[in-house]
Amino acid sequence: MSFVTAENIFQSYGKRPILERVNVNVDEGEFISIVGASGCGKSTFLRLLLAQERPTRGEIRVAGAPPAVEPGLDRGVVFQKYSVFSHMTVRENIVAGECFRTRFGWFTGTERAAARKRADDTLARIGLDHVADQYPATLSGGMQQRLAIGQALTAKPRILLLDEPFGALDPGTRLSMHDFLTELRAETGMTVFMVTHDLEEGFKLGDRVLVFDKPRWDPTDPNAYGATITYDFDARDGGIPYQRIQEETHVLRPT
Amino acid sequence: MRLINRQPGVVLKTALIALPFLLAFVAYWIGSEIRLAANPSDKLLPAPSTIFETAERLFTQPDRRSDRILLWHDTAASLMRLVLGVGIASALATIFGLLIGLLPHVRATLAGFVAVLSMIPPLAVLPILFIVFGLGELSKVVLIIVGILPFLIRDLSQRVLEIPRETIAKAETLGASSLVIALRVALPQLLPRLIQAIRLSLGPAWLFLIAAEAIASEVGLGYRIFLVRRFLAMDVILTYVIWITLLAVLMDLALRWLSRRLFPWTEAGL
Repeated sequence: MSFVTAENIFQSYGKRPILERVNVNVDEGEFISIVGASGCGKSTFLRLLLAQERPTRGEIRVAGAPPAVEPGLDRGVVFQKYSVFSHMTVRENIVAGECFRTRFGWFTGTERAAARKRADDTLARIGLDHVADQYPATLSGGMQQRLAIGQALTAKPRILLLDEPFGALDPGTRLSMHDFLTELRAETGMTVFMVTHDLEEGFKLGDRVLVFDKPRWDPTDPNAYGATITYDFDARDGGIPYQRIQEETHVLRPT
Repeated sequence: MRLINRQPGVVLKTALIALPFLLAFVAYWIGSEIRLAANPSDKLLPAPSTIFETAERLFTQPDRRSDRILLWHDTAASLMRLVLGVGIASALATIFGLLIGLLPHVRATLAGFVAVLSMIPPLAVLPILFIVFGLGELSKVVLIIVGILPFLIRDLSQRVLEIPRETIAKAETLGASSLVIALRVALPQLLPRLIQAIRLSLGPAWLFLIAAEAIASEVGLGYRIFLVRRFLAMDVILTYVIWITLLAVLMDLALRWLSRRLFPWTEAGL
């Protein structure tokens, strides 16, 4: 039984189909990169995984649980921007990962002290302990994303969803973020879905690379058909150019 | 060099800031001189020196009949009404802004209603307020509330809606309930914008305050202005106008300072 199953997902906004017939099974601990051209439903698929939207047809199940109706503790998420709380200090942002699930979203007394202590440990691990009392706006883009990932992991989600998390970073920072993410993953063994524009990044980090594209194309009406997973690559043994097509998909095989 | 790229230096900038104030003063002075030269007992444009003397008298000498310095009493009464009105309106607007901004059901119910309410000219309902709430303090405070509340609610609910979807989704994935999202995410993000909105609505608040005081009151800055109008006491009126302006400017500066002080994160990026 696979950990995450997407079964026959269709998603359309109004009359416009975005995704059609998306089927995928993911094992626990896999790192899935999702790539594809702009407007091919990558981010839509991630929002469906997040349960921020519900599919028009089909079901997404995590660990056999019934399909989620709204985002919750089992899914962590990091977006390209706005993934940290700008009105909280770096330390409070990490503490939020634990205290937001309480009734009023606050820790008090010893609980608070303990959470702050744990937050400091987390910050030391992700290399942000020297800015614990600063606000996120004073941090560089890379540090903000590291904080966002650290915060998401503090809540101990079952799957981590990343929507172009490094899209706004410069190439050098992006490389160090890759190392950071690889390390974290080795520690936690978490199931990760990452949407990216960068093919190289997708193959470097991912165990599997899902390519979203439109298998059918109407030249007089580009929006007539939705996108689906056209290739499903195994990228474990070194990424480009060693990838193999893993599954039999319903579209053309590359020649 | 293009005009849009030309920056004034520090000295020139200071001079430019002062220039319109100076020009207005000089224009008044000349007008006053011309009228006083034609008729020394003219009351319409009293000389700046006369206004200054009147101001000194108003600020320091008690009224002969009541033995109180009326200007301070007027100021206290007016500020009390203003602070109460603006304060209550802000509190209500924050609550409704959060509810409308966060909860689709409340938004569907109230957004249109508030939009229509905000089109009612508040001064048109002033007689109703006097009838319902009497001629005391209550009706004046209520007029200020009625006057600025719809704007504040619309502005703040819009600001709540502008909080990025990503931020809300992130809070959801951390297990936050609607209440926690309102208290720990939306409210803190809203407060700096609330102060901005209050700064913008201070002008209308003063307008409604003075309108209410002018019509039915026994004390207050607006009351005094409309009282001495009967004697054409322009020196008193101008003193009060300058005093009100000064108070309004000080409030604006204080709110700006407060916003910077309380919400360092809003400007931390720059």
